[in-house]
Amino acid sequence: MEHPLTKNIHPDRPPLNLPEYEQTGGYAAVRTAVKNMTPQEVQLRVKDSNLKGRGGAGFNTGMKWSFVPMGPDAPKTKYLIANADEMEPGTFKDRLLLEGNPHQLIEGMIVAAYAIQANISYIFLRWAYKKAAELIRKSIAEAYAKGYLGKNILGSGFCLDMYLHTGVGRYMCGEETALLNALEGKRATPRAKPPFPQISGLFGKPTIVNNVETFCCVPHIVNNGAEWFKSLSHSEDGGTKIYGVSGKVNRPGAWELPMGITMRELLEEYAGGMKNGFRLKGILPGGASTDFLTAQHLDIKMDFTSVAAAGSRLGTGTMIVMDDATCPVGFVHNLQHFFAQESCGWCTPCREGLPWVEKILLSLEKGQGREEDMQLLQMHTQLLGPGNTFCALAPGAMEPLQSALKYFRDDFEHHITEKGCPYNSIR
Amino acid sequence: MTIYIDNKPYEVPAGKNLLETCLSLGIDLPYFCWHPALGSVGACRQCAVKLYKDKEDTHGRIVMSCMEGAKDGLLLSVADAGAKAFRKQIIEWLMTNHPHDCPVCDEGGSCHLQDMTVMTGHDYRRFQYKKRTHINQYLGPFIHHEMNRCIQCYRCVRYYRDYAGGDDLNVFAAHHHVYFGREKDGILESPFSGNLAEVCPTGVFTDKTLKEHYTRKWDLTMAPSVCPHCSLGCNIVAGERYGKLRCIGNRYNGEVNGYFLCDKGRFGYEFVNSENRLVKPIIRNRTVEAADETQLVSHLGPLLSHSHSLIGIGSPRASVESNFALMQLVGKENFYQGVNNDEAYLNQRVANIMQYGALHTPSLKEIGLADAVLVLGEDIWNTAPMMALAVRQAVMKTAAADALQHTSLPAWHDMAVRELVQDGKGFLASCTVIPSPLDEISSCTHYAAPDDLARMGFAIAHYIEPSLPPVPGLDNALAEKAKIIAKALQQAKCPVVISGTSAYNEALIKAAFNISLALDKGEKKAMLSYVLPECNSLGLAMMQAPSLETAIGRVQREKDTTLIILEHDIYRSLPPSTADAFLSHCKNSIVLDSLHNRTTQKAQVLIPAATFAEADGTLVNNEGRAQRFYQVFMPANNYIKESWRWLWKMKALRTASGNGHPLHPDELLAQLETALPQFEGISRVSPPHDFRIHGEPIPREPHRYSGRTAMLANIAVSEPKPLQDGDSPLSYTMEGYQGMPPSSMIPFFWAPGWNSIQSVNKYQQETGGPLRGGDPGLRLFEHKNGSPPAFFKDTPEAFTALPKKWLLLPRFHIFGSGELSVYSASVQELSPEPYILMSKHDADQLGAANGSVITLKEGGKEYSFPLKIEEALSDGIVLVPAGLQGMVAFSWGTWALLSTQKNLV
Repeated sequence: MEHPLTKNIHPDRPPLNLPEYEQTGGYAAVRTAVKNMTPQEVQLRVKDSNLKGRGGAGFNTGMKWSFVPMGPDAPKTKYLIANADEMEPGTFKDRLLLEGNPHQLIEGMIVAAYAIQANISYIFLRWAYKKAAELIRKSIAEAYAKGYLGKNILGSGFCLDMYLHTGVGRYMCGEETALLNALEGKRATPRAKPPFPQISGLFGKPTIVNNVETFCCVPHIVNNGAEWFKSLSHSEDGGTKIYGVSGKVNRPGAWELPMGITMRELLEEYAGGMKNGFRLKGILPGGASTDFLTAQHLDIKMDFTSVAAAGSRLGTGTMIVMDDATCPVGFVHNLQHFFAQESCGWCTPCREGLPWVEKILLSLEKGQGREEDMQLLQMHTQLLGPGNTFCALAPGAMEPLQSALKYFRDDFEHHITEKGCPYNSIR
Repeated sequence: MTIYIDNKPYEVPAGKNLLETCLSLGIDLPYFCWHPALGSVGACRQCAVKLYKDKEDTHGRIVMSCMEGAKDGLLLSVADAGAKAFRKQIIEWLMTNHPHDCPVCDEGGSCHLQDMTVMTGHDYRRFQYKKRTHINQYLGPFIHHEMNRCIQCYRCVRYYRDYAGGDDLNVFAAHHHVYFGREKDGILESPFSGNLAEVCPTGVFTDKTLKEHYTRKWDLTMAPSVCPHCSLGCNIVAGERYGKLRCIGNRYNGEVNGYFLCDKGRFGYEFVNSENRLVKPIIRNRTVEAADETQLVSHLGPLLSHSHSLIGIGSPRASVESNFALMQLVGKENFYQGVNNDEAYLNQRVANIMQYGALHTPSLKEIGLADAVLVLGEDIWNTAPMMALAVRQAVMKTAAADALQHTSLPAWHDMAVRELVQDGKGFLASCTVIPSPLDEISSCTHYAAPDDLARMGFAIAHYIEPSLPPVPGLDNALAEKAKIIAKALQQAKCPVVISGTSAYNEALIKAAFNISLALDKGEKKAMLSYVLPECNSLGLAMMQAPSLETAIGRVQREKDTTLIILEHDIYRSLPPSTADAFLSHCKNSIVLDSLHNRTTQKAQVLIPAATFAEADGTLVNNEGRAQRFYQVFMPANNYIKESWRWLWKMKALRTASGNGHPLHPDELLAQLETALPQFEGISRVSPPHDFRIHGEPIPREPHRYSGRTAMLANIAVSEPKPLQDGDSPLSYTMEGYQGMPPSSMIPFFWAPGWNSIQSVNKYQQETGGPLRGGDPGLRLFEHKNGSPPAFFKDTPEAFTALPKKWLLLPRFHIFGSGELSVYSASVQELSPEPYILMSKHDADQLGAANGSVITLKEGGKEYSFPLKIEEALSDGIVLVPAGLQGMVAFSWGTWALLSTQKNLV
C-alpha cells in the first residue's frame, strides 16, 4: 500500500528540511511542471487524476482550476491560497501534513500556482497551529533561498511569491469566500456566489482556494501521472485520503489509506475498535458538520459518493465516534454551541436560528424541555437548509442535528418525558 | 421581457433583480437588507420567493429575490406556501431578540419592521428564552441609539460607510452579538447621519430632535415642503402638531435629493419653534411697542402713503411670491436685492450664464450619474452638502461601471461589485482653497488662492479648446495637472463642472463656464452647476435688481424714504457701520421677518412673517428648478402671515384700494410671468389653489390622525371648525382625496401595509425611479436658447501674497454658517467657535502658533480670533468662518491687516 502523502512523516523525527526533502524526490514536480509542461497540461493531468477537494466539498480540483481565466486577456494578477484554517471539530488531518511535511504543501502550491498562472500565494493558517506556523515560515524561506519561490523559478520565467497569514481563530474563515474577506482585512463574512472566486476572488481578482491536503496530492500526480493516482484508490475518487478517528476507540489517530476504505476497516482495523465497555452509537464520518451514520452503515466506503448515498458526507474524512454512554442530546448541544458561536452574524437564519437551537437543546439537557421543542428542532433542520441561508455553515450545523433526531429520537423524547438527561445516571 | 409570477405573465425591464421587479409591479414582498439606493447583499433572507426551472418543475427552490436577476421566461412564485412560511419564519427569528417595545419606540407607527411583520403574518412568539441585550451609545445631538431593537440588516453601515463615505459607524462582534455603533460613544462625524433614522428599518437610530417633542407619524399634520437651508432645494416633508414643527423627513424627488437629506436640512428646522420668533407687530418708540393689526395698519398708512418714496429690499431666502409682492408694492425701479454688491454681482453672473441656456445645468441626480467631475473653488461639502453626496455617488458609480464592463455581473449586486471595484474611483478633481472631505475620493486635488484656482480652470479650458489663449506664467507642475484634468473631462461621456459663489471670485465662475463650453461639443453634453448662497438666491437674482449698496446710495440722496426690508438681516451683508447708516438715513424702516436679528433691533416697524413651514411659496434652486413649498400649519396667531400676504395688504394701503379679493400664490406667480418674462412657466410649478380631485382636497392629516375632538378640550370643549386653507389644494383635515396626489403635492408617504417611509416605492413609477406623474419642480431654463455664448477671455493675474496684508476669505460651515439653522439647538451644538485660518508659513511670519490670538483689522475695526493653522492653505490668505451667529459681515476678498498678541488662549 502506497502512502505518498505521509511516507516522509515520522512521529519520532522532525520534518524534512529542504535538502532532505529534495533527496526524497521533493520539488521534482515543480521542475517537471515549470520546465516541461504547459499550465493547461498540469490542469488536465490533475483533472484526469480525479482528485477531489479534500476540504469537504469534494469538487474535482482540476475542473475548479479550469474556470480561472487564462491567456493574454486574463487579469494580470491572480492568487492561489491554501486553506489551512482547519477548524472543523474533530478534524486534525491538515495539521499532520502541515507539521509533518511543510515542503510538500509548498511544492503542491507552486505547481498549482503555475497551473493557473498565479503569481501571489497565501497560506491561511489556523491561529492555534503555532508549530506549523514556525515550520512553514522556515520552509518558505528555504524555498526562496533555493529558487523554488520568487522571481524566475528554475529559470522558467514563472514567478511566485508566498506568504503565511495566520487567522484569529474563526471557524467561518474555513469557508473560502469568508477566508478571502478575512485575508483582505474585512469581516469574515462569506460572499454570494456567483461570482465565484475563480473569477472574482481575493481583491476582486481570479483566485483558487484549495485545502492543504488537496495541494499535497498535486506533486505526486504530476510526478506519477493521473492513472497512478487513480489506481491508489478503492473507489472512483482518486488517490489516498488522510482518515482520522476520534472518540472512545482504542487507538484514535490519523492514517493515510486508499480512498474508499470502509468505515468498518477504519474503525476496527486502524482505530482498534471501541474501548472496552463502550458500544458504538453513532459516527459523524467527516467532522462536526456531517450527518450521523450508525453501526448499520459500517460497510460503506469512505468516499464522497458512497457516504453521500448513505445520507451523510465524507467531509474531511475524519470521523467522530459517539459511544453509547454519551448523551446524543448533550453531544449535539455541544456542537450547536460551537456553530452558534461561530456564525458570522450576516444572515438571519444562521445568526438567530442556531442560538435558538442551542438554547432548546440546553433546556432539554436541564430537564426543561417541552413537547413542542421537538417540532421547533425539526423546523430548524428543515429551514436552515442550503439556499435558505447565505452560506453552508448553518446547513452544516443542521446535519448532525437532523440525523440525531432521526436515529436517536428516543433519547430526545426521554429528555422531555423524564425531565432530565437519562445519561446523567450512567456517568 | 416576460416573466411569470404565480403563473401570471408580466412585461418587465431587464437589468433589475426580482425584488425590485416585484415591488415595481406593485406586488408586496417584504425585505430588510435591500435598499433601492444601496443595492442587494442577500443578508436578511426576508425576500425569499420560489423559483422554478421550467413548467415541469413542481418543487422549485427558495431563492432570495434580491439576489436573482429577471430573465425572460423566468417562473417564480411569491404566493408559494413554502416561500411564505420561510418569510414568516425569518421574522420570527428576527424578533427573538427584539424588545417588542413598540409603544415606547419612536419608530412605532412608521416602522418597516412592524409593516413587514404584519405582511408576513408572524403573530405568535415561540422563542422562550432570555433576549440578548446591548448597551446604547451617545451619538451626538441628532441621532438616538437603541441597539436592542436591532434586527441586524446591516443597512446602517452600508449606507453610512459605503454610500455616504463615513468612517466612524461600524459593525462589531459576531454571531448574534453583532453591534452597530461607534468604537466608543461620540458625535457621528458624517453630516449625512440623519438618514440613518430613515435607513434603519426599526428604532435603533431615531431622530433625537423629534424625541424632544415626540409625535407619532399618524398624529402629524404634514405638507410637502422644500428645504430653506441652501440653494439645492431638497424636498422635505414637514410635520406639525400643537403648533410646533416636530420633524423633517425626506420627500423623495428622483431628480433632486432622492432618498436622502443632509443633517442641516433635517435638523435645522427648529428656528420655526424658536423663542426668538417675532410673533406680534412692533412699532418702536411707543410706550407699548407691541401692536395689534389695527394699530399696525393705521401706523403703516402714512408711512406707505405717496408722500414717501418706497425702497424695497428683497431677500434671497424669501419666496419668489414674497419678493415679487414687494416689487409690486414699491415699484420695479425701487426694488433692490438684499445682498451686497459682491454677492449680487456674482449671483447675477451665474443667473446670466444659466439664462443663456446653452449649457445644461444638471440636477443632483444627473451629477450623481456623471462620469467625471471637476469641483472648481467651491467648498460644496459645506455650502451644498447634498451635492457633495451626489459627487460621491458619481465617483463610486463610475468606478462600478468600469469594473462591470468586463463581467456579466448586474450593477445591483452590491457586494460583488464592491469586491470588483476595490479602491477604484471615477474621476474627481477637487480644486479648492482648503482641503475637503471629498478629497479622500478625488483623483486629483489642488489647493490654491481663488485667482490661482481660476487660472487653473482657464488652463484646463485651454487644453480642451486650444484656440483659447494659454494661461501666462503657469508653472509646469500646474500645467501638467491641468492637462490631466482636461484629458479626463474630455474622455468622459457626461462630465460635470461645479463651481459657485462662496469664494467671492468671478474668475472662478467664468473659468468653470469656459471649461464646460469647451467640453460641450457635438454629441457630448457637458454639464455646469453653480452653487449659490441661499435657497432662493437664483430666484432673486433673476429679478435683476440692484444691490443693497445701490439702495444706500438712494437713501443718502433722497429724503423721506420708507425702507421695507423683506426677510433679511442686512448686518449679514453689510459692515455694521454701513448697515447702521443705511437704517438711520431712512425716514421710516419696516422689516418683515420671522426671527429677531440685528436688523429687527434697529428697525422702526416689525411685522411678523411666516416661516417656510407656515407659508406657501416658490423657490428657485441652483439648477433653475422652481419648486413649491406648502404651508404645514397655520401660524400661532393672526399677526404672523406670509410676507407676500402682508405686502399685498400694504399695497392695498398705499393705493387705498381696500383689500381687493384675497390673493393666492398661484395668481401672484401668473402676474410675475407677465411682469418678468424670465419667469415664464413658473405658475405651472404646481396645480392652482382651486385644484381638486373628484371635488376633494388633499388632506394634510393622515387617515389615522387621532385626538381631533380632544386636542383643544382644555380650551374649548367643542371641536373647533377645521382650519380653512384657501391658498392651496391641501386641507387641514383627515378627509379628502385618499388616492395618490400629484407628485408636487404629496404631504406624506403612506400606503396600505406600508406605514414607514419605505412606502415611497408605491409612489414611484418603478423602484428608485421618478415619482408617478414625474418628479416635482419646473426647470425654468430648460430649452432656453439665447444668443450663442462666447468664451470669457479675461484670465486673472496669478495671486501674489502681499507683505503684511492678507486676502480675507470666508470659510463656510454646514453647521454654523446658516442664519436660520443655528436656532436649532442640535445644530448650534455643532457650530464652531470663531477662529482664523492661515498657513504655517504665515503663522511663523507672525510668530504665531495654533491658539495664538490674531487681531484682524478690517474696515477700520479690530476683531480677535484664535489661530488655526491649515498646512494646505496658500500663503497670503486667511479664512474666517462666515455667517456664524453674531459675527459681522466682512468684506470677503479684500485685504486685511493682522497682528498677533502672542499669548496663547
